[in-house]
Amino acid sequence: METLPGVALPAPARPRAGVARVVANVLYRRSTLYLLLLLTPPLLWFGGVYLGSLLSLLVQSFYTFDDFTMGVTPELTWANYKALLDAANHDIILRTLSMAGTVTVASAVLGFPVAYYMARYATGWRKGFFYIAVMLPMWASYIVKAYSWTVILSKGGIIYWLVERLYLLPALEWALTLPGVGGSSLSTSNLGRFLVFTYIWLPYMILPIQAAIERVPGNLMQAAADLGARPTQSFRTVLLPLAFPGVVAGSIFTFSLTLGDYIIPQLVGPSGLFIGNMVYTMQGSIGNIPMAASFTVVPIVIIGIYLTVARKLGAFDAL
Amino acid sequence: MRSEARYEDGPRAPWWLKVLAYGGLLFLHFPILMVGLYAFNTEESAFSFPLKGLTLRWFQAAAEREDVLGAIKLSLQVAVASTAVALVLGTLLAGALYRRRFFGKEAINLMVILPIALPGIITGIALLSAFRLAEVTPNFWTIAVGHATFCVVMVYNNVVARLRRMPHSLLEASADLGADGFQTFRHVVMPQMATALLAGGILAFALSFDELIVTTFTAGHEKTLPIWLLDQLGRPRDVPVTNVVALWVMLITAVPILVAWRLTRGTEDVAGSSK
Amino acid sequence: MSSIAVELKTVSRHYGAVKAVDGVSLSIQDGEFFSMLGPSGSGKTTCLRLIAGFEQPTSGSLLLHGQEAAGLPPYERDVNTVFQDYALFPHMSVLDNVAYGLMVKGVAKATRHKEAETALELVALGGFGSRRPSQLSGGQRQRVALARALINKPRVLLLDEPLGALDLKLREQMQAELKSLQRRLGITFVYVTHDQGEALSMSDRVAVFSQGRIEQVDTPRNLYTRPKTVFVAGFVGTANVVSGELARRLTGSERPFSVRPEHMRFAMSAEGNRVSVEGRLVEVQYHGASSRYEVRVEGNQVLTLSMLNGEADEASLPRRGDTVRVAWAPEAMVQLESGG
Ligand SMILES: Nc1ncnc2c1ncn2[C@@H]1O[C@H](COP(=O)(O)OP(=O)(O)O)[C@@H](O)[C@H]1O
Ligand SMILES: [Mg+2]
Repeated sequence: METLPGVALPAPARPRAGVARVVANVLYRRSTLYLLLLLTPPLLWFGGVYLGSLLSLLVQSFYTFDDFTMGVTPELTWANYKALLDAANHDIILRTLSMAGTVTVASAVLGFPVAYYMARYATGWRKGFFYIAVMLPMWASYIVKAYSWTVILSKGGIIYWLVERLYLLPALEWALTLPGVGGSSLSTSNLGRFLVFTYIWLPYMILPIQAAIERVPGNLMQAAADLGARPTQSFRTVLLPLAFPGVVAGSIFTFSLTLGDYIIPQLVGPSGLFIGNMVYTMQGSIGNIPMAASFTVVPIVIIGIYLTVARKLGAFDAL
Repeated sequence: MRSEARYEDGPRAPWWLKVLAYGGLLFLHFPILMVGLYAFNTEESAFSFPLKGLTLRWFQAAAEREDVLGAIKLSLQVAVASTAVALVLGTLLAGALYRRRFFGKEAINLMVILPIALPGIITGIALLSAFRLAEVTPNFWTIAVGHATFCVVMVYNNVVARLRRMPHSLLEASADLGADGFQTFRHVVMPQMATALLAGGILAFALSFDELIVTTFTAGHEKTLPIWLLDQLGRPRDVPVTNVVALWVMLITAVPILVAWRLTRGTEDVAGSSK
Repeated sequence: MSSIAVELKTVSRHYGAVKAVDGVSLSIQDGEFFSMLGPSGSGKTTCLRLIAGFEQPTSGSLLLHGQEAAGLPPYERDVNTVFQDYALFPHMSVLDNVAYGLMVKGVAKATRHKEAETALELVALGGFGSRRPSQLSGGQRQRVALARALINKPRVLLLDEPLGALDLKLREQMQAELKSLQRRLGITFVYVTHDQGEALSMSDRVAVFSQGRIEQVDTPRNLYTRPKTVFVAGFVGTANVVSGELARRLTGSERPFSVRPEHMRFAMSAEGNRVSVEGRLVEVQYHGASSRYEVRVEGNQVLTLSMLNGEADEASLPRRGDTVRVAWAPEAMVQLESGG
């Protein structure tokens, strides 16, 4: 038997010995043990810290809050959930839901053209440019963005200046008198609040839609065109159905994020609480954790339903 | 001629679509530009437009403020601590979940995403109520624990995507050539996933650095930078410093995001879609 | 003196209901060029992976150089693999790829790089060490994968369709190189392929796989001249397998038999001791050196007959549509086991 020319190895090197190798062998043979070792720290963390907290929250939503002593006793009751149906609380829930819905629709309408252009027409450096141009505002500090809007919407700020320059001030003032939209000024109106919400969550709508459209092969559109579909037809019959899971995926973010927000309603818009504000005040100044807890169950349930529907619509493939 | 032009630049967009797309971008960046602009504003307690004048003096003023520096320092420390935890937990999870199928895998997957899928108030109040039950007063560590919990998914998403793209035959080749599990991890897996790990870590860092809603529940009297900013909004007299700090925060987060994007470009999306 | 390098004793590997390898027994001699041949999905790769240690048998036992290998991880087996996709480490230079096996065994850098350079020369890639795998062509990557395995001086080298991704010309060149390398190094090669020409031309012995089982293990010559089963006769080369009623009329038994196309000739009449059958010529294919004739005989069976061009007088050859008689010597018939 010839050896490799010029190679003078001492007999083929033997497996190395040592503790590491022994441990490696054990883990190799017992792959379940290996899996358990990998999973134990994260499971302890998530199970202990996160799920434990959620569970304790759920349990506390059944505790009793004594209005006189302002104390919580571990007596189980449905009272907190019944209280959700009070007219005032009912209003809060409806107010939050309608804002979340409106913001979601607006984000989809505004975001779709951007996403469509990104996925279909932006090539080369433009593609990267668009991606970054959407990503940076998305990752930019939430509180700074919110703050920036209080600056923009303020009296004497840029919007008022622009509106005045365009001689549209009467129109704006008329719009602010409309019920449901208005308020005494832009920054205390529902319109202002809606603008800020839409702005902040818009990128979360654009990216999933873009990803979904990207996955539609370009030649599918061409095929539709070949078969005689006019552009609007192929858009409606081919692209829209395929991009829809992306819209649903994006709407999960815009909806859920609006639903749970309590900072923006505090900074911009008329008085009148959102679910988030209610939770915050209940636990904070009042110390009524049970009521706060039962309030959090509302978004959990709504989002649960939303996710179930979204999964049916295939949104998770677009994430 | 038409078809050749298409070949070079892709199809041409109709003008109205271009207007809508670039208009959308303008909308996304307009408030950010305003932050940049107002940081140089001379006016002390209002936001009138056009600006009355430009100055650099607020940068000096902000840099001398103890509370600003303290908040930045705290936010950085929290971000470092929670990113460290997220890196370890996220990598372990990615290693466990990327290939093997086992009972409960879907549930674990869901559990990792839940902290960012559910609104921040839920995570926040849940943690707070648990801390109260355990009689822990909110402190640095309660903030970091909360942040780490929702940062894990950033690392996990990036690492798992990279591992799934790595051909399994590389691991087999390594074992075949005599490397045990540890050696394979060190010489093959680690170099392959390093940039994904870095990108995930950066995103986790940025996420933690910016987080406000959960933090308002877990921070107690501590002031992270976002909380400091939130408080500032109730102090109209301090507007110039707020403006400057707002610009700083923008810049501090933009850089890592760009780096993360470069690190994962062409391989997978920075999992931004689930910030 | 020849000893047994690899031995499988009724080894099975099942994935749920899929019997990827099903009761396979074989022994591979030291220094042998042994091929596993079979259609896609017949269990060759799984068999190779069992030997390498990437899979564990569901049942049966596997011996490497006489030692039980069950439970032995791949990194403790004196066996190396050339992967079908090469599996070169993309983040390492070619030199570091080749030196990998020595590195994990703790060989010093200078030494292992010197040896890696030598191994690269062995596969005619001297001087390519500083490149990245992505900068090499398919054929070059294949050689790097080979050098990376050989540097460990394995006693057994496993190759899973190593030439599958190469174009025809390169494939033929590499076949010759692999064969000569194997002769020079004397290492046992276990070679997986679905290409029967490749298996026949390179191997000392070939195992023919079908549906997770071995149909026959034999020398290339015997596989061709003495196939044992209908499957082997049909898979290794072209064969006319005759069974059923026609077989009974010709041989007196329904047991199938096969006749190679080159052993068949056209005949004028039933003559002497030759076996013959009448039919209609339905197709003539020109193949350069030879031509193929397809004759439909009774029972709707088609026999294929192959003749060197120029062997017979052009004018005397039948044309499409003609009624012809096909004849062959009784020795050309090989009795087959039915089944498969
Ligand atoms: N990991 C696996 N899980 C399930 N089925 C498998 C697996 N590996 C191989 N098989 C099945 O086993 C059979 C044999 O596969 P393989 O050994 O790859 O065949 P070959 O290499 O001859 O093409 C195929 O039907 C294949 O689908
Ligand atoms: Mg195979």
